[in-house]
Amino acid sequence: MSYTPHTAADQEQMLGAIGIRSVDDLLRHIPQSLRSRAKINLPDGVSELTVRRALAALAAKNAAANDWDLFLGGGIYHHFIPSAVDAITSRAEFSTSYTPYQPEVSQGTLQVLFEYQTLVCQLTGMEVSNAGVYDGASAAAEAVLMARRIQPSTRRHVLVSRALHPQYRAVVATYLRNLTDLSLEEIPFDASGVTDVDQLSRQLNDHTMCVLVGYPNFFGVIENLAPMRELCDRAGAQLITSTTEPLAFGLLKPPGAFGIDIAVGEGQSLGVPMALGGPGFGFFATQRKFMRNLPGRLVGETVDSEGNRGYVLTLATREQHIRRERATSNICTSQTLCTTAATVYMALLGKTGLRRLAEINVERAHEAHDRLLAGAQVEPCFAAPFFNEFVVRGKQLDDLMRRCSERKIIPGIGLARWYPELPDSLLVCVTEMNDREGIDRLVSAVSG
Amino acid sequence: MEIPEGLKYSKEHEWVLIEGKIATIGITEYAQEELGDIVFVELPEIGEKIVKDDPFGAVESVKAVSDVYAPVSGTVLEVNDALPDSPETINDDAYGDGWMVRVEMQDVDDLKDLMTAEEYAEYIEQQKEDDEEEDDEEAEDEEE
Amino acid sequence: MSAQSPDNPPNRHPSQQLLFESGSPGRTAFSWPEKTPAAERPIPEAFLREDVPGFPEMGELEVLRHFTRLSQRNFAIESQFYPLGSCTMKYNPKVNEVVARDPGFSLVHPLAPVARIQGALELLYNLEKMLTEIGGMDHVSLQPAAGAQGELTGLMLIRAYLSARGNPRKKIIVPDTAHGTNPASSTLCGYDVIQVSSNDQGVIAPAAVAKLMDEDVAALMVTNPNTLGIFEANIEAIAETVHGKGGLVYLDGANLNALMGIAKPGHMGVDVLHMNLHKTFSTPHGGGGPGAGPVAVRTSLGDFLPTPRIGKTGAGFELVEDIPTSIGRVRSFFGNFGVLVRAYTYIVSLGANGLEEASRMALLNANYIKSKLERHYHLAYNEPCMHECIFTDRIQHKYGVTTLDVAKRLLDYGFHPPTIYFPLVVSGALMIEPTETETPETLDQFIEAMISISREAKESPELVKNAPYSTPVRRLDEARAARKPVLRWEPSSNSKD
Repeated sequence: MSYTPHTAADQEQMLGAIGIRSVDDLLRHIPQSLRSRAKINLPDGVSELTVRRALAALAAKNAAANDWDLFLGGGIYHHFIPSAVDAITSRAEFSTSYTPYQPEVSQGTLQVLFEYQTLVCQLTGMEVSNAGVYDGASAAAEAVLMARRIQPSTRRHVLVSRALHPQYRAVVATYLRNLTDLSLEEIPFDASGVTDVDQLSRQLNDHTMCVLVGYPNFFGVIENLAPMRELCDRAGAQLITSTTEPLAFGLLKPPGAFGIDIAVGEGQSLGVPMALGGPGFGFFATQRKFMRNLPGRLVGETVDSEGNRGYVLTLATREQHIRRERATSNICTSQTLCTTAATVYMALLGKTGLRRLAEINVERAHEAHDRLLAGAQVEPCFAAPFFNEFVVRGKQLDDLMRRCSERKIIPGIGLARWYPELPDSLLVCVTEMNDREGIDRLVSAVSG
Repeated sequence: MEIPEGLKYSKEHEWVLIEGKIATIGITEYAQEELGDIVFVELPEIGEKIVKDDPFGAVESVKAVSDVYAPVSGTVLEVNDALPDSPETINDDAYGDGWMVRVEMQDVDDLKDLMTAEEYAEYIEQQKEDDEEEDDEEAEDEEE
Repeated sequence: MSAQSPDNPPNRHPSQQLLFESGSPGRTAFSWPEKTPAAERPIPEAFLREDVPGFPEMGELEVLRHFTRLSQRNFAIESQFYPLGSCTMKYNPKVNEVVARDPGFSLVHPLAPVARIQGALELLYNLEKMLTEIGGMDHVSLQPAAGAQGELTGLMLIRAYLSARGNPRKKIIVPDTAHGTNPASSTLCGYDVIQVSSNDQGVIAPAAVAKLMDEDVAALMVTNPNTLGIFEANIEAIAETVHGKGGLVYLDGANLNALMGIAKPGHMGVDVLHMNLHKTFSTPHGGGGPGAGPVAVRTSLGDFLPTPRIGKTGAGFELVEDIPTSIGRVRSFFGNFGVLVRAYTYIVSLGANGLEEASRMALLNANYIKSKLERHYHLAYNEPCMHECIFTDRIQHKYGVTTLDVAKRLLDYGFHPPTIYFPLVVSGALMIEPTETETPETLDQFIEAMISISREAKESPELVKNAPYSTPVRRLDEARAARKPVLRWEPSSNSKD
């Protein structure tokens, strides 16, 4: 295929206008040592039909949720996406525009982002939100870096809950590995599956910069934030929450209700397909007093020269293109098309739809939980309340997985690879996509 | 352009009003014009020590950040609390309501390096001339 | 509307209404026909909220009309020529979109057993190989979510590599023409930044690098072609100087669209390279993401790449997690897989011949614009240009017309402006990158518009200085937005609540 429209005659005419004979003349200043070896050793191009067939063959080798019963969460969730979402994000006006540097011809994107920022504030109960970052994991890392800008240099110790998503912990560790002033320590979880508050109180001290916990945590469990907030207040530490399933905020008290300093998370579950875990977007909200320490893009309201309301990128002096090595972050993208999808999705659900959907998730997950535990194959792992994910323990997990696989069911995510202390444990996620028949199939496959 | 007599000026375009050991500091009319609309001002805390030639604060326009350098060393006695809420005051009244900090000077000898109004006028004139030379080149370019 | 907002016209165009100013209490587009048992609450009351104050309450058509109207207030590649320098706004092929939406890609879970995602892993494995070949490098990681994250990853690799050899070193040399992300990423990686100036020809002189280069310098970060659109012809000698002192060379691949089949970074002495798939490999910019910023390295740095790596065995594809020297994860899961699928589709579609043709036509288009406009706008550097060319407002400035004014006036002519005021070393820069997918007719229309504006600047400068006139809004008050930031809609100031 080719997307270059130049005919031989076009090229002739353009070369003439430039005053050269061939395109090679434009390459004269490139050293011969580079030119002579430049040929790309790949097959030549193919037709659209051939590409479609080749890619469809690859796609067919994957277990897709339209053909399999997936009970998989762990940071990426299979939710129903109304047709209207893709209809809007497929519009070239949204998908093929750039970062809105020219606000006069980017009011569409800018207003969507302003609405997105507002929706995130409403959902999380926080005061300000940025326009989005890469993903939940890097949002958690950026939140720690933000706490570093806010807290005095005497506070550089970071406490991270072991019940936070293991990949998020890994990304935080990577981001911090070269910042030698920072140290990182894990807070254990207790037998009920929540962050161990007694341990936390012993770990907090004058050097603690921030505490990072999952809400709900990686086990799907709802953390009890109030005592943690109290402890952090007493110790002078910032409390950061990281959420992989923001749909939970349709029902649960949001981070803002607990006076959380920075609330971040992954937004994929709000209208973005799973797509092997990306692209989604990281949401990032805080209190107004910390606004100038935010990483990433911010959209603000203003007026044009005729007094009409309009929107612009604002507080840009925090960012890399102006402050360079002193910027709050190196980030310069906001996953805008994904946050656009989330904005449309949240608008469609609205106040009542969001709550109802959150309730359906709770109902389905608890139904599956209770029915699985009624059998002899698995037993409960944690006792604390959960949203739409829970952990069970089974004796012969490999057998169980194989039995399920034969019936095109993936019953959950084995936890032993991240938690040696939780052998034979399975993280099971149930959403509105897993209907009663699907749950029947799961229960029957598990019980063998 | 306004360059009041009786103030001292730095090469970084700060002005200093001296009353005994107390120095009031702000940025000059020239500096605010170069920056354009000022949207945010960062000031030191009261009691903070500022060091001559080191940045003690910053002023931001929509698309630029400029450090404000201390023309003298000393301890901050007072900051202009009105600026964070109405940074445009610096655009409107650079030498008056747009003052930034009052400091108790550590060493009055610091003042020796500063310019008088006349010297500063000459200094910015020189800077403008440098710019104009560039403009002349531009004119030539266009003749081609 | 907040109270400090100005007099709102009573008949505001409906498209300007916010979601929160529309709808009616109780309305929703959410449908769930199935009867489920009334919610018995397995979660204790103490954990629950009342509702989400302010959340929208609208019907489906209402929502669609809202966003469709908003979309009409955007410029985009498919409706306007978008010669935004350094952003490579080329056509985003439709076939990429169809492929990425195949349920076999879009409905796949990242934590499914490896045996259940073999097609996805095969695609990733192949894409790594393709990018390796195009860049002339040895290994690629697809994990970084964007160019800037690719940079950070690349610098971490350099630091890990040097640390393993005994000394991480302290400084990164960055040219004055570099993207702002370069110094920002360096700082995040614990390095100090020292700047090297480009010379009168707009390139870095080997001598300038030699002068700065010592045992404290970890790496030189260079963009080639640089942000002036000029090929750094001395790159091999510069790389030799850096290597001579034990440093590494990092190439910012933002401008790779000029190089496919023309020169390979791997042959330039480059040790680490990041690529922007949303530029060179045609994935849509989406109004500011998602992108993807894979990192390519030489063999000696391969063991430091983020985990998991994708391996190939007789039995299929596997994930290799246990690499003790790895810097670890930079992103969750596999990076922006959906973007990687689109880039893969593009590379397969074009093939080696098509990619080379794309770069060649990108150069032809840029040089055509350069030759047609150089009598009307001051050329920042009169050097051969690659895929983009940089003009300035020096001529128009005499009439009080600036680069910003030219950019705004272009909007009235129906063109997205070039990148303006970047790179910083050029005063009043207008950075034009047409890309290869534009026809000469489109270029001619753009050229005519630019010439017409230069005439207007001379004859009626006020006309240009007050532009634009035909856009959905006029020039916006950015100072006001920054002084009293309003970053969200507030319910208290709205009559609906």
